[in-house]
Amino acid sequence: MAGSIDEAVSTGPARDHTRPARRGGGRGRAVLEVALLAVLAVVMLFPALWMIETSIKENRDVYAIPAKFFDFKVTMDHFRDVFAASGGGRSALSVSFLNSVVVAGVSTVLATVLGVPAAWAYSRFAMKAKKDQLFFILSTRFMPPVVVVIPIFLMYRQVGLIDTKLGLILIYAAFNVPFTIWMMKGFVDEVPAEYEDAAMLDGYTRLQAFWKFTLPLLLPGIAATAVFALIFSWNEFVFAIFLTSSDNVRTAPPAIAGLIGGTTVDWGLVAAASVVFALPVLAFAYLVRRHLVAGVTLGAVRR
Amino acid sequence: MAGIEVTALHKRYPDGTVAVDHVDLSIGDGELFVMLGPSGCGKTTTLRAIAGLERQTTGDIRIGDTLVNDLPPAERDIAMVFQFYALYPHLKTRDNLAFPLRAEGLPKPEVHERVDEAARLMRLGPLLDRRPHRLSGGEQQRVALARALVRRPRAFLMDEPLTNLDAELRADMRTEIKHLQGELGTTMVYVTHDQVEAMSLGHRIAILNKGRVEQIGTPLEVYDRPASLFCAAFIGSPPMNLIEVEVADGQLRSHSGLVLTPPPNLPRDRRLVAGVRPEALEVTEPGAERSVPARVISAEWLGDEIIYVVDHGGRRDVRVRMPPTVRFTADAPVGLRHAGGTPAVYDVSTEELVA
Ligand SMILES: Nc1ncnc2c1ncn2[C@@H]1O[C@H](COP(=O)(O)OP(=O)(O)OP(=O)(O)O)[C@@H](O)[C@H]1O
Ligand SMILES: [Mg+2]
Repeated sequence: MAGSIDEAVSTGPARDHTRPARRGGGRGRAVLEVALLAVLAVVMLFPALWMIETSIKENRDVYAIPAKFFDFKVTMDHFRDVFAASGGGRSALSVSFLNSVVVAGVSTVLATVLGVPAAWAYSRFAMKAKKDQLFFILSTRFMPPVVVVIPIFLMYRQVGLIDTKLGLILIYAAFNVPFTIWMMKGFVDEVPAEYEDAAMLDGYTRLQAFWKFTLPLLLPGIAATAVFALIFSWNEFVFAIFLTSSDNVRTAPPAIAGLIGGTTVDWGLVAAASVVFALPVLAFAYLVRRHLVAGVTLGAVRR
Repeated sequence: MAGIEVTALHKRYPDGTVAVDHVDLSIGDGELFVMLGPSGCGKTTTLRAIAGLERQTTGDIRIGDTLVNDLPPAERDIAMVFQFYALYPHLKTRDNLAFPLRAEGLPKPEVHERVDEAARLMRLGPLLDRRPHRLSGGEQQRVALARALVRRPRAFLMDEPLTNLDAELRADMRTEIKHLQGELGTTMVYVTHDQVEAMSLGHRIAILNKGRVEQIGTPLEVYDRPASLFCAAFIGSPPMNLIEVEVADGQLRSHSGLVLTPPPNLPRDRRLVAGVRPEALEVTEPGAERSVPARVISAEWLGDEIIYVVDHGGRRDVRVRMPPTVRFTADAPVGLRHAGGTPAVYDVSTEELVA
């Protein structure tokens, strides 16, 4: 165990060893690889690039035929329209973005707060029919949202959760808890139970032992899991469009979709709204990228 | 410091596994008590029940005069060392040691003093400012031991603490643990499946099998007179030869004619097996006095001794330990005779020691 991490990191010289062998036969192959990757990158990135371009083009250039790739006039008007209403004050879109932040944030926190202790319990304690329970929990995710949205719509109408942020928060948390339990159980399994045993012998209760020793070691896993849950809630469309209708409750995905479908479509606004919508997830994933990698590869290193 | 009494311990896990069937132990104050047994016999479960990490299904556990059945681990005042050392990975050695003391709320100067003392005892000086992942296995184990002893608990529990070390280091640590326990005089329960470790460490040894105690005794007692056929086959390397015998003319005689000294008060009319240690037999020139004809099947040269596997016409081949000066080649016709004292004799049907 000791030192193995350092050894694993310092593979520099070993890698250099393999270089000469590849240089001899692989030049043509390397060129081919780069070419293929470049094609793939263009195909993958073009929609994103086009979205960004459209969001800063003047309307005249947006509809220009043939399409203008480079020599268009740059404007920030679309972005202004995303946030400010034409008559002054806040736009409906900006309200929907705020709703998305609240709904995705709160539902992720809720799913994490409920899911992490549950995962810990499933990992640490013997209980009856544990496997069946875990399968049941996972099975709630088998059904696609479209299938359950009608019954949920009827239920929500009965209890008055239709067209409320609370309603969305609850359904997103409910969808994320099973995922959180399953993903976190893997992380908890990786943390030896002896840490808690030792802490309990040292004078802590079981919960204190979990809080002080296991939880800090789980943080990378929690970060990774929470990012996934956050992305699900942020992007979710089906529930949002069925269960909400008013502008002050609606989240961003249905609000942006609502921009398309009138007699004329303001593509500049749609593109700008989409850019704004995509940024937070990118930024967040970037901030926790180290935890994401650590989280995904945690199980790969044997102690 | 305190003795430990375990009475009629029974542990059944929720999935139905009976890990401990029935265990009675009476461990004296200041004793180094070893629990020895094959994998899965319930050693760890018993130890964890004593620690309070596992709740027994039935049975009582007393530490000192206190019935601890319903006390959480924190209130039992014992320290445990695990096979995987369970040092807190985010803490330096110094803080790992200080940790249990801070948990108790000891004042700073005293924490400092006790950490220094434990570090000196286990010679951890240069390691105090390192984190566990920068320590070798042996060093981690020393830190784990030091962490157990800073608290000055009423008893130490050790669950195969040396299994992850290489052979040489293991022998060193064994000596160190024994010395430390003698010095501190603290009760210690030590779990192992390594009989050499058990023999060299224990004041007394309990041999466990399938969740039951087969024998409790000093290393000498356990070696000389194993209480059951299981113990006879478990202790010793190679273990005892189990030779089917009959009582005839006041003598113990095997089917091949090998004659053994009979112990007093042998029961009549029962099928008996004699347990004969490899060093209590002798390979001789063929036709030597009191010997039966036999044949060497193979010889293991171990440097300071030779183990001969010998066919003497009995149901099973026997193993004989000989000094390296006496040499026979494989397949050579030889004689076999009993050279030790009275053997242990077992009843075949009850598998227990009868004389
Ligand atoms: N948490 C558990 N749930 C169910 N069965 C268990 C559990 N822990 C142990 N067992 C079973 O109980 C029996 C005794 O286990 P225990 O760990 O006490 O054995 P051991 O003597 O320590 O063995 P080893 O030398 O391999 O450590 C085994 O059959 C084991 O499979
Ligand atoms: Mg064990």
